[in-house]
Amino acid sequence: MNRVVPDNKPVARSHASVDFKTWGPFVALLALALLGVLINPAFLGLDNLSNMLTRSAFIGIIAIGATFVITAGGLDLSVGSMAAFIAGVMIILMNSLVEQFGPGLTTILLGIGASLLLGLGAGFINGMVTTKGKIEAFIVTLGTMGIYRSLVTYLADGGTLSLDWGVRDVYRPVYYGHLMGIPIPVLVFLLVAVAGYILLNHTRFGRYCFAIGSNERVAEYSAIHVDRIKTMTYMLQGVCVALATIIYVPRLGSASGATGVLWELEAIAAVIIGGTVLKGGHGRIWGTVVGAIMLTMIGNILNLTDAISNYLNGTVQGIIIIVAVYLQRASWRKSAP
Amino acid sequence: MPTKRTLAAFAAAAALGLPSFAAAQEYTIGVSIPAATHGWTGGVNFHAQQAKERLESLYPEVSITITTASDPGGQANDLEDLVSQRNIDALVVLPFESGPLTDPVRRVKDAGVFVTVVDRGLEQEGIEDLYVAGNNHEMGRVSGEYIREQLDGQGDIVVLRGIPTVIDEERVQGFQEAIEGSDINILDMQHANWNRDDGFEVMQDYLARFDRIDAVWAQDDDIAIGVIEAVRQAGREDELFIVGGAGMKDIIRRVMEGDDLVPVDVLYPPAMIATAMDLTVQHFVSNGPVVGQYILGSPLITQENAEQYYFPDSPF
Repeated sequence: MNRVVPDNKPVARSHASVDFKTWGPFVALLALALLGVLINPAFLGLDNLSNMLTRSAFIGIIAIGATFVITAGGLDLSVGSMAAFIAGVMIILMNSLVEQFGPGLTTILLGIGASLLLGLGAGFINGMVTTKGKIEAFIVTLGTMGIYRSLVTYLADGGTLSLDWGVRDVYRPVYYGHLMGIPIPVLVFLLVAVAGYILLNHTRFGRYCFAIGSNERVAEYSAIHVDRIKTMTYMLQGVCVALATIIYVPRLGSASGATGVLWELEAIAAVIIGGTVLKGGHGRIWGTVVGAIMLTMIGNILNLTDAISNYLNGTVQGIIIIVAVYLQRASWRKSAP
Repeated sequence: MPTKRTLAAFAAAAALGLPSFAAAQEYTIGVSIPAATHGWTGGVNFHAQQAKERLESLYPEVSITITTASDPGGQANDLEDLVSQRNIDALVVLPFESGPLTDPVRRVKDAGVFVTVVDRGLEQEGIEDLYVAGNNHEMGRVSGEYIREQLDGQGDIVVLRGIPTVIDEERVQGFQEAIEGSDINILDMQHANWNRDDGFEVMQDYLARFDRIDAVWAQDDDIAIGVIEAVRQAGREDELFIVGGAGMKDIIRRVMEGDDLVPVDVLYPPAMIATAMDLTVQHFVSNGPVVGQYILGSPLITQENAEQYYFPDSPF
């Protein structure tokens, strides 16, 4: 597992087990989809599939950022609060810009720009405090998680921030619109995934992430700027959060203290279901994409049936997540020496 | 630590020869509420603050301290501090959860403090002097009666429930009793946790699953906001109407403007904290007795009466 090489070069192992490791998440996704169809044929409806993919875009985009952080041996618990905070600032900013620029494209572009800057800045802070301050990522991001969450509650005065109705009408298509028949959030998700895949598997930056996650000391001796690369993964995570927020805000046009609660855990779960190793050194973008879709799919399927008591939704989710990861790891463990 | 600080404060007061608090006919009232983490509790905080300013200027002899806690444990600490540090004469408490706070409130009562409990009842009877609450059962009933009447007693509806709690249970019970005996068919009930995003997603799935929905009982205005967007996305605004609950300003405004999608709302006001504070002050300043229970009604908010429930400055 301490390989620095990305997994697209199969190592001398039994072929079946390598395949299952790679394709495990996809198989689990297919099995879950089959379950969905059996439970309710409406699952395969075009509307339902497009709803589901669109929904998974938030967690998915955030999880792609998290794949980098986790691969490089870090952890970011602040993403959910960060999303809520960025959404809050975006809404306040755009509302105040309406007077000057009107509810047009300028206002929205400025809002989007501010969102990206905030994401970048928040990620930079997480990264710098973790690396230069030599504090565990868990503690740093637990701290920023609380900070962003309370800041958005403060900004909203404990209530809900609502986007100006004029801006909302112009901005709405970013969530509800389609391009070539594909919902825009799904397109963004796909683009981020492709970019993430290239970055992680085909660039020096990606290789450094693998190396640092495998063994930080060795990476440092290999003249890798560990602190810089790690900080960059947090900044990448921040940008991903900002992108997710940019497509989240037009959905309901509001942000409150309840926005994005537990997104961090969903993102981490998506990353792990996808086959990335929590302690670092091994990351897989397409697995993460599948993981995010799977998490959304579980909720969707549970909404499509009344066979299971509502009170047990969490139980079903928990079992499916554990089984999915078990299936993927079981063959792996056997093949290990 | 708190006790040490209190002792120090008393010592300082004694040394400076300040008049003792108890000597003058002054009343200190402690208000303990959950922190503003959700829309509704944000409203509670807003109205508590408004009531404090109004009551303190109206009655100079009354001083009010508001504390907010973000979990039941923190609230229990707040209660201890209010007694030991502020030496309160009365406590107005909106408990985070009934179970864990029953004993802390009882201890406040044992210290000789007048206790007003708001919204969530304690698990032991006879602790509080005054109980002020909304009526969850009635809220569900009023919603059910409205839907039954609008659909002439027959149709297919969906229900979005809140967080699985006693409050949610009572509302659903009231609702089901109201539609009992009619041909109204509940297609499904799912929990949307009084949350906008969950409301949006659950409603999207209902819309994908059912070809015809005559009405939606969202039970809560935050859920209703999510439901409205999901219905708009599906372009099925003309097919159904939505009944929320609580009295959020965004929803009340829609009702005022005569929105067909959201024709009414059912009141479950965060302003009940102000009612409780008013009554508690009356216990000290009025010659009429203030004990027992004060249960607020859950009237139907329609276009005609919406204005009196509209607070544009409130965060909720």
